[in-house]
Amino acid sequence: MIINGVSIDATFAEAFPMKATRAIITAQNEKWALISAHAMTGFATSVIACGCEAGIDRILDPSETPDGRPGVSIMIFAMGGKGLAKQLETRAGQCVLTSPTAALFAGIDGGIRIPLGKNLRYFGDGFQVSKQISGKRYWRIPVMDGEFLAEATTGQVDAIGGGNFLVLAESQPQALAACEAAIEQMRKIPNVIMPFPGGVVRSGSKVGSKYKTLGASTNDAFCPTLKGMTKTELSAEIESVMEIVIDGLTKEDIDKAMRVGMQAVCDLGAMNGIKRISAGNYGGKLGPFHFHLQEIMA
Amino acid sequence: MSALTFTLKNKNSQRIDMSPLVCNLLTGMTLSDIAAITLQSGKCKLRVDELFTLDGSDAQNIVIKNSVDNLDFIGKDLDGGSISVVGDAGAYLAFGMNTGEVKVSGNVGLYAACEMKKGYLEVSGNAGDFLGAALPGNKMGMKGGTILIKGNVGERVGDHMRRGNILIEGNAGDYCGSRMTAGTIAVMGQTGRHLGYAMRRGTLLLWNQPTLSASFNDCGAHTLAFLPILFASFKSLNSRFADASIAFNRVQRYAGDMSEIGRGEVLVKL
Repeated sequence: MIINGVSIDATFAEAFPMKATRAIITAQNEKWALISAHAMTGFATSVIACGCEAGIDRILDPSETPDGRPGVSIMIFAMGGKGLAKQLETRAGQCVLTSPTAALFAGIDGGIRIPLGKNLRYFGDGFQVSKQISGKRYWRIPVMDGEFLAEATTGQVDAIGGGNFLVLAESQPQALAACEAAIEQMRKIPNVIMPFPGGVVRSGSKVGSKYKTLGASTNDAFCPTLKGMTKTELSAEIESVMEIVIDGLTKEDIDKAMRVGMQAVCDLGAMNGIKRISAGNYGGKLGPFHFHLQEIMA
Repeated sequence: MSALTFTLKNKNSQRIDMSPLVCNLLTGMTLSDIAAITLQSGKCKLRVDELFTLDGSDAQNIVIKNSVDNLDFIGKDLDGGSISVVGDAGAYLAFGMNTGEVKVSGNVGLYAACEMKKGYLEVSGNAGDFLGAALPGNKMGMKGGTILIKGNVGERVGDHMRRGNILIEGNAGDYCGSRMTAGTIAVMGQTGRHLGYAMRRGTLLLWNQPTLSASFNDCGAHTLAFLPILFASFKSLNSRFADASIAFNRVQRYAGDMSEIGRGEVLVKL
């Protein structure tokens, strides 16, 4: 399949079941809601070493938030429910409780309930106040700037992590420009996050390593500087490869995000140095969710 | 199906215990079965059809017409369904209500919504003393749900209240929120003496500055983030509380009762 001179590989991205949750951070203004959200979703690019993958789902209008202030919806993904709950609580405690004017609310009403402000309340040292409003429990925790308001719980749901595609370009700036264009479009799709820095990862990995202590190592088949010394997947004109990883609540959400992302890459086309789109997989043996690139773009 | 309607023929000289006439107890009964139910009135037991004219069949939707202030225990332990009272109601209205809805077009007597667990009570007129309170000797008053009073209320509103909302459009009498354990009482009008007497936790939300006892300490003026959420939860009510223009988030906060554990608060609109 070739779109605007960009070849779409007959391959698929392989993704895994994960657990996900969503929280809404509000603040006095969008600037401080974003500061808090960036802190909460920081150092959360990959479950391999961060314990979770997190990102900003979307920016919310005051009319969409529980307290009528500007807000940001963030999502956190982890391999299991226990790990997810721990990450959520730690991050909420260190990044939102501490953030000036911020308040924290559930972003998912259904699912299994996991603590959001439920345990953070103990920071109030006995001065915390509970309020049950319309069936939801909130904790008002006295802090130095006033009160930190946090909903007691949020929902944990089944999700999918690891949807991806690779952008193969003639130069590094061209690969990055294509990925930036893709991310801009993909951020408009709800229920997905692209957890890597700016949504883009330049160090795609393969399973295993020559070093026994490492579970993953550089994806040498897609490293342009190794074209002459490994079993490469790259043709002579490819000088840079970048990857976009997508976590989403459902297969349909990831499908949608991949489609708009790849379309944005294809719109730049061969004339802007974009030669191919491929995807990372493990031969279909590890992840039950397969995202076939050509089917998505059909 | 039309609402099951009880129309009172004449006001009885004795008080009448209406507790058998609730939706969950009448479901599946025929009109003649219901007519044969006996209600305690003083030392006598009176058949329902001696006191009321019966009409309709939907036991989940009960209407009591020509109601007067000696019909006690209307909606006692109600567990689903709705009861609409046209006129006044006596004491112990919606006593221990589990779920459901009770609406009264007139005034209600003592101990309305006493030890109510959940559900919704709306009174268009005034309510007597001990609204949402605990029975004498008991330690737990209202445990959940919402009470809306469009008129004034008597003394000891929310005595020993544990959870839920009591919304009063008019004035509240003395000892409002006394011995409260938790929950919210909002009063748009004036409040009487000894507000929040011995309250442990909970919120008294006021539109007018009260006279506070020395055991309440001023914590200053604050903008509280939970107030917009609280007011938003009133939007569906048929009340002035649903009016967005009456909402506020800027309050003077008083903590008390310091003669108790002092975790309660009186929030006064600024």
